[in-house]
Amino acid sequence: MKTYKKQKIQVYTVLTILTLVVMFPIYYAFVMATLNSTESYSYPPRFIPSSHLFENMKQAWKNAGMGRLMFNSAFTATVVAVAKICFSIFAAFAFTYFGDFRGKYLFFGLILITHMLPLPVRLLPTYDMMKTFGWVNTYYALTIPFFASATGTLLFRQLFLTVPSSLADAARIDGAGPMRFLWHILVPLSKTNMGALFLIEFNYIWNEYLWPLVITTTKEMRVVQIGIKILLASEAQAADWNIIMAGTIMAMLPPLAMLLIFQKTFMEGFSMKEEK
Amino acid sequence: MHSKFPNRVMPYILLIPSITVIVIFFLIPTIRSIYQSFFRVSPFGDRRIFVGFGNFSRLFNSPSYVDSLIRTLIFAGSVVVIGLIFCVIVAALLNQRLRGMTIYRTFFIWTYAISPAIAGTVWALMFNPATGPVVYLVKLLTGKAINWMNDGNLALAIVIIAAVWKMMGYNIIFYLAGLQAVPNELLEAAAIDGANGIKRFVKVTLPLLSPMTFFLLIMNMLYAFFEVFGLIDIMTKGGPGNATEILVYKLYRDGFIAIDIGFASAQSVVLFIFVTILTVLQFRYTQQKVFYG
Repeated sequence: MKTYKKQKIQVYTVLTILTLVVMFPIYYAFVMATLNSTESYSYPPRFIPSSHLFENMKQAWKNAGMGRLMFNSAFTATVVAVAKICFSIFAAFAFTYFGDFRGKYLFFGLILITHMLPLPVRLLPTYDMMKTFGWVNTYYALTIPFFASATGTLLFRQLFLTVPSSLADAARIDGAGPMRFLWHILVPLSKTNMGALFLIEFNYIWNEYLWPLVITTTKEMRVVQIGIKILLASEAQAADWNIIMAGTIMAMLPPLAMLLIFQKTFMEGFSMKEEK
Repeated sequence: MHSKFPNRVMPYILLIPSITVIVIFFLIPTIRSIYQSFFRVSPFGDRRIFVGFGNFSRLFNSPSYVDSLIRTLIFAGSVVVIGLIFCVIVAALLNQRLRGMTIYRTFFIWTYAISPAIAGTVWALMFNPATGPVVYLVKLLTGKAINWMNDGNLALAIVIIAAVWKMMGYNIIFYLAGLQAVPNELLEAAAIDGANGIKRFVKVTLPLLSPMTFFLLIMNMLYAFFEVFGLIDIMTKGGPGNATEILVYKLYRDGFIAIDIGFASAQSVVLFIFVTILTVLQFRYTQQKVFYG
């Protein structure tokens, strides 16, 4: 029993030290966001928060036009997440409830292939295409190319395969069409997965950097990740780290808050995906 | 097969949205990328000249490309090895049935929600040559003033640290999910046989986690190749010199700044081949456990 207790203390000690190391950068970023400009340049660096957080946030908000950026990020991330959920539920439903229709495996392959084509691989031609469409600096360009989801399709397909087939039989006998079955039976069963997928995709789009960088050039269409670049660049000679960090904290808050609040849904979604 | 709805048109209607997006934004651009990699735009930008594999031989004869390739491999290899070793240990510790573990878990997984760009900003602050806390600490301990703005190796190391830190949340989430699946009886049996904690971890847990490790290895590779663009752009812009110019960054520079379309397209194709290999490996060895975060 004694060794057990000793081990317990060891585990806590190691974890506590690692936690401090891993959390320190973010703690320091927060401290920086609360300092005024003299304090931010003090040497040795200051590790205790000061009282200028809101001032700095206001300044960052003004310098980078943060309001618009936050709106753009939130809007595009929400639209993409919702569209991905709908598109992948439709696709998964098609793959699981309609037998072997012609072209099924080709289509399935096409959806899986999106995994093999990360954005950098098709960056230039996609950009050219956006120019032809006249989509540069539009919400269309920021959202529509992301609508397909292999992850989502596989996730919902996996789930639908575990739904007892008697349910579909019963529905059919009662004269319910496929869409009614989807809406009234499968969608309610998919809530946890939908929640997890929403978090994953919202997070993914909110944090996307390369695509918004090349496809948007105006202040009105920039997203929050680019806002950080704007804050960094606007202070070319001597960076105002306190302002930059205030902006950075605003930029990371929404997805972080979502993750922490819905941690349970999120973890369930992940472990579900792992089952098979 | 599952019970079916006898409807011949419906599945196609249901698939139209996804397939349309995939054809327009994935398939056609990829094919055009491959096509363009065989051409060169004339100096006046008015004609395309077919050059066969010319762009590719230019690529592999270009010291800056080969250099970037090697840097990318060093970068990706370090991110994968350091990240996975660190995260599997932390996850194993977090998986102990002890009080307060949920709170500890939160401390380690939250970087999942941080973007590479933000991770880059935070670490640029940590190593800020003037007043960064790490620089200060090193100065205090060794008397040396480190400056990654003019030290390529240091810059690469810092970019690796930032990239590992950002990916930590993702890796730990997946390792924790994998650890849930390790049967307790096995560990208990090992304990009865006298194996201590570390021995149990090495002999029982690690082997059982190997499919998860393989999955994460691939995901981390893809991450290190493709998703760290924001981190590099914010922190170093590929510098100092070309010390942190990994392949994606070079592609962006050649395609969007230098506008050398054929050359950049050839780079896309090389990256595409690379992803294809990784994906095939993943499908072969992980029974379709393909899940992106």
